[in-house]
This record gives sequence, structure tokens and C-alpha cells, in this order.
Amino acid sequence: MSALLLRDLRLAFRSGGGFGLALAFFLIVATLVPFGVGADPATLARIAGGILWVGALLACLLSLDRLFQTDWEDGSLDLIATAPVPLEGAVAVKALAHWLTTGLPLTLVAPVLGVLLNLAPAAYGWLVLSLALGTPALSVIGAFGAALTVGLRRGGLLLSLLVLPLYVPTLIFGAEAVRRGAEGLDPATPMLLLAGITLGAAALLPFAAAAALRVNLR
Amino acid sequence: MSLWEYANPKRFMETSARILPWVAGLAVLTTATGLVWGFFFTPDDFRMGATVKIIFLHVPSATMATGIWFMMLIASLIWLIRRHHVSALAAKAAAPIGVTMTLIALVTGAIWGQPMWGTWWAWDPRLTAFLILFLFYLGYIALWAAVENPDTAADLTSVLCLVGSVFAVISRYAAVFWNQGLHQGASLSLDRKENVADVFWQPLVVSLVGFGLVFVALLLLGTRTEIRARRLKALIARERMA
Repeated sequence: MSALLLRDLRLAFRSGGGFGLALAFFLIVATLVPFGVGADPATLARIAGGILWVGALLACLLSLDRLFQTDWEDGSLDLIATAPVPLEGAVAVKALAHWLTTGLPLTLVAPVLGVLLNLAPAAYGWLVLSLALGTPALSVIGAFGAALTVGLRRGGLLLSLLVLPLYVPTLIFGAEAVRRGAEGLDPATPMLLLAGITLGAAALLPFAAAAALRVNLR
Repeated sequence: MSLWEYANPKRFMETSARILPWVAGLAVLTTATGLVWGFFFTPDDFRMGATVKIIFLHVPSATMATGIWFMMLIASLIWLIRRHHVSALAAKAAAPIGVTMTLIALVTGAIWGQPMWGTWWAWDPRLTAFLILFLFYLGYIALWAAVENPDTAADLTSVLCLVGSVFAVISRYAAVFWNQGLHQGASLSLDRKENVADVFWQPLVVSLVGFGLVFVALLLLGTRTEIRARRLKALIARERMA
């Protein structure tokens, strides 16, 4: 399992592409928004938390279709599936690797982009905390979507259609926590619900993803 | 004699051929009765005037939209557990009907909302939940269309339906939470039955039954078409082999 994790991390770092790309995409989204809605600091402050969450979500989506696709193409997914490690565990590890190379950097970089978008000072802590709690759910849900579409030739577009509606609850609770933090309200409730979604998704979705992978490898 | 005998495509084709004309005829009759009764023989509401009558389209289509997803969930479970092909094909045939019902509910809701709330769209939990349901239907149909092997497609869409159901319910309640956090909950529950007077309630029930029968008729028709398409494919494949 740890070998699989290390392998995925090394591949993500060395192949270029995926790793920096998500961060660059996140930066571009945060840069484009003021051009779209105007540079008025009050407006930006109001939407900053939501924009950062939506941006993180889209950046996460960007690298998802590579999660199983490359392994499927070169046949290593078959080896992983026939290995003594249960496929559910392998899926969870791959989702973890995806989070470490996408969700975690996005979380760490988000406060910097918060400065660009004039995020309320009180909200920074909650932004980082909510992203840290919520982005693992994005990776696990994404792994399920990637498992469904792994054998398809143009799976990327279908993947976003399948995965984005599943992201709705995570986005609602995450953005709500940041908004409450920015307004000085208590964000504990959305935070707890967000943590619940992450834990529930991490516990159950690897099974669904593994089932979908088995169907696709048949 | 058990229900599972209809999992045999041949039995299903025979029986559905016999009952389809009756169901279809009854569906047309009931829906027409409900709608004509609702549209022309009910009084105008004292607050909403004639616009109240869109309820006879809005409520049945909204009820069917969620009901059809539930039916797809059950059909998917039957496919995953007992691997009856008719069940998988019924789920496939139900999805386009479901997406149409959702669309009707959304559009009639917007047309009703415009004069009543002064807006075509509001991010109310109910409306939001239906929009998300619409997206779920689209994803489900797209996945069916994208996978070539029919058994693989049935497996994948069934798993998606299961996971999607859980997330649809979570989204529904997350939307309630999100909206209450932002606004005072608008009193949009006008389609709740206890708010509706008897004069409206009776034709509404007839419309509901009518929409249900329309769904059953279309579902039988769609499933029969899917079975025939599957047979055609098998025949063509056999021709090529020979």
C-alpha cells in the first residue's frame, strides 16, 4: 500500500503536468474573477470564500481523469487489481495520493489567493481549515467518478458531468463555513457537516469505486 | 407464479403487449380528465387567480420526477443483485421520462413563480434540489450513452444510481441548510397538500394518477423498445458471424 502511495506521488511529481497544473489553474481562476465582476473590494470580499471554494473544486477536477486512466492504458491497473492488496484499499490510497498532490497544495495556497480577492481577515483560518477538511472528500468522490469513466475514450467531459453534481454538498458546507467565518458567526455546524461528508465518503466510496473498476476491468 | 417470471424478456414482452394498450388508454383518459377538470372546472384562487391552475401540471410532474428516480434505484438494485436484464433496461428507459418530468416541473415552476413571487428563479432549497436532480439524470443518461458494452453500462449506471441517490438526498438537505443560512425561508410550500382546498385537491389527485399511468405506459413502451433493440443487435451479430 505504501509502495503504491510512493509510486503515485513520484509519478505526480516527476511527470510534471498534473501537479503544478492544478495550482496554476487555481491561480488563474482567482485572477480572472476580478476581471469578470469588477475590482470593487467590497464585492470581492463578499464572494471571495465562494470563489476560492469553486476554484479549488474545479482545480481538483482537472487532474482526476489521470487518476486511473494512465494506469489503465499501460496495464498497471490490472496488476494492482490482481495484487494481494484489496482493490478498495488501492483506490483509497490512490485517492490519498491525489489529495496529497492536489487538495493539500490547493489548501496551502488558498490564503495567498485570499489576499488577491480581499478575503475578510477573520475568514483565513476557516478557509484553510474548511479546505483541509473538505478537499479529501473531493478526491474520494472524484476517484469514484474516475473509476466509472476509466475505460471510455472521451471520459474527461463525462467525468465532470458525473462528478460535479456529487460535489454539491461539499461545496455548500465548505463555502458556508468560510462565509460564516468571514461574518464573525460560528462556523462549527457547517464544519462538522463537512467533516461528516468527508468521513462518510472516505469510508464508503472506495467500495463503489472498486466495484466500478472491477466492472471496467472485466 | 411470482413477480420474477417477468424477468424473462419473453414473458415480459407477451404480458406488456397485452396490457400496454389498456394502460396507455387509461393514462390518456385520466390525465385528460384531471387536466380539463383542473383547468376549466375549478374556481380561481382568491389570492393567486387563474395562475393556481398550473398546479395540475407542476405537482404531478414534480412527484413523478422524484418517484422515477426512486424506481430507477430499485431497478438498479434488482439488476445488481439478481441480474435481470429487463430490470436494467427498465431503468434505462425510465431515465429520459424522469428528466422530462423534472424539466416540466422546473419550467412550470418558473412560469408559476414569475407572477407569484415576481421572479422566474430563486435559490430556494426545493428549486435547487430539483436542478441538482436534473443534473443527476443528465449524468446517468450520458453514462448509459457513453459505454458500449450493454452489461458494463448497466453495471456502471446502477452503481452511479446508488451513489447518486445518497448524494441527491444529502444535497437536498444541504440546500435547506444553505438557504436557511442566507435568507428567511420563503414560504414556497404552496404545493403542500394541506394548503390546497378540496376543489383543487380532487382534480389534482386525478392528475397525479394520470401522470403515474403515463409514466407506466411510456416505461413499458421504452423497455419494449430497448429489448427489441437488444434482440436486433444480437441478430445482426449472429448474421455477421455466419
